[in-house]
Amino acid sequence: MAAHAHKLEIFRGLIKFKSNTQKIWGVLLLLSIITAVEVVLGIYKPTSLMTPLMTPFEGGFGALLGNIVFSGFIYTKSLNLIFIVLTIIKAYYITWDFMHMRDETKSLRRLVVWTVVFLICYLVFILLQEGGYIEFVYTNGFVKRDF
Amino acid sequence: MDSTVVSTGTEGKTWGGGNQPLKSSYGKMMMWFFIVSDALTFSGFLAAYGFSRFKFIDYWPIADEVFTHVPFLHGQELPMIYVAFMTFILIMSSVTMVLAVDAGHEMKKNKVIWYMFFTIIGGAIFVGSQAWEWATFIQGDYGAVQTKGGNILQFGTYKTIDGEEVFKRISVEDFVTASHKEREQHENKNGLWFVEEDPLPAFSVSDIYHGLESHPDVLVRTQTINEEGEKTVLSRAASLEQVKNNGRRYVKGANLEVNEYGTPLFADFFFFITGFHGFHVLSGVVINIIIFFNVIIGTYERRKNYEMVEKVGLYWHFVDLVWVFVFTFFYLV
Repeated sequence: MAAHAHKLEIFRGLIKFKSNTQKIWGVLLLLSIITAVEVVLGIYKPTSLMTPLMTPFEGGFGALLGNIVFSGFIYTKSLNLIFIVLTIIKAYYITWDFMHMRDETKSLRRLVVWTVVFLICYLVFILLQEGGYIEFVYTNGFVKRDF
Repeated sequence: MDSTVVSTGTEGKTWGGGNQPLKSSYGKMMMWFFIVSDALTFSGFLAAYGFSRFKFIDYWPIADEVFTHVPFLHGQELPMIYVAFMTFILIMSSVTMVLAVDAGHEMKKNKVIWYMFFTIIGGAIFVGSQAWEWATFIQGDYGAVQTKGGNILQFGTYKTIDGEEVFKRISVEDFVTASHKEREQHENKNGLWFVEEDPLPAFSVSDIYHGLESHPDVLVRTQTINEEGEKTVLSRAASLEQVKNNGRRYVKGANLEVNEYGTPLFADFFFFITGFHGFHVLSGVVINIIIFFNVIIGTYERRKNYEMVEKVGLYWHFVDLVWVFVFTFFYLV
């Protein structure tokens, strides 16, 4: 399989490795740094990151749309948003470089990634939306649960 | 007999067959499809976890207070450290796996053997760590009282650490003395249908109430998360009242039914998701071992390609990938 060529650059060509082995160690370094950042943030939990970045928009339909578009910044604590973004970055590098997705054809890549991403986003949206709704009913629907 | 084979005029063209548009072998593609379906299973679990958490968003246990233990460092509160170690082990074993695949491409048998070996060791360390994590979680550390409504009341005192008033949980065993308890044992010789009974809990709720009464510095902490993102600590009077009126039983540790750290759902999802992931790691280790011996006896050397290592590698990286998400949603967020 000597003809099996690896694409050796990451960060859109910003870093180019000399060999596949070198690329693997480079990606390990990147993943370790990201994990270390996550752990440090998780232990110290800076107070400035413990609240969402924005407050919800008030008003009519435009505000509703704004709340949906910026929901990540309005309803999620900044710290959690950082964790989720870092996780997706890690997932990207594991899939692209360890699982060699970078070297597969575009069609196989899309076949796998788009399907999964679409279905997961859909599922997560539905379940979190419903969970939030049930919480709303519990809190505002005269359901006693503090006993 | 020229009618049996019809020339369609598409030979050599895209629709003539025989070409591989994805430029990937059957086995590798099927592994990818399996990974897609397995990824959907795991995301189903994690999304269900998110559902339950959103449902009890103000009552959910804080993971940093639950997973604070590190082997050999007794009594120290070190959140995140051990799980960070586990994550690193798994990423490391992913790296040795991809190095094995790389060595396989270059047909270097000995290198493949060594890298596969390190991968298996890494996987074994990870599964062992997870078993330890489970054991610690099941055993629990402070004990708590479960109320009639299924909520958890924990106990603790305010301590001054570095000039700051901090609420620290204390063990129920430290301030409660168990009273003498006896109960009629049901035995099958007494003519009753023999029913199995749970062992008596170490403390009754009235024991705990008396202990709380005689220790004026001990306060109750509820599950409710306040504005500062911390669990609410009740006043002394409210503490006594809660235990007296609503206390139902003493619980210690976590299982599928009770959880001294908060809602049992947290424990249920923890056992289910990390258990399912741990099972994947375990089967990954077993498959890795099989491939490892195949490499040693030279199966792939004779086959003149190490694609099997690549396929099992895909599975192994997937297990690592899932852990990245479990780590985030169970321990960080």
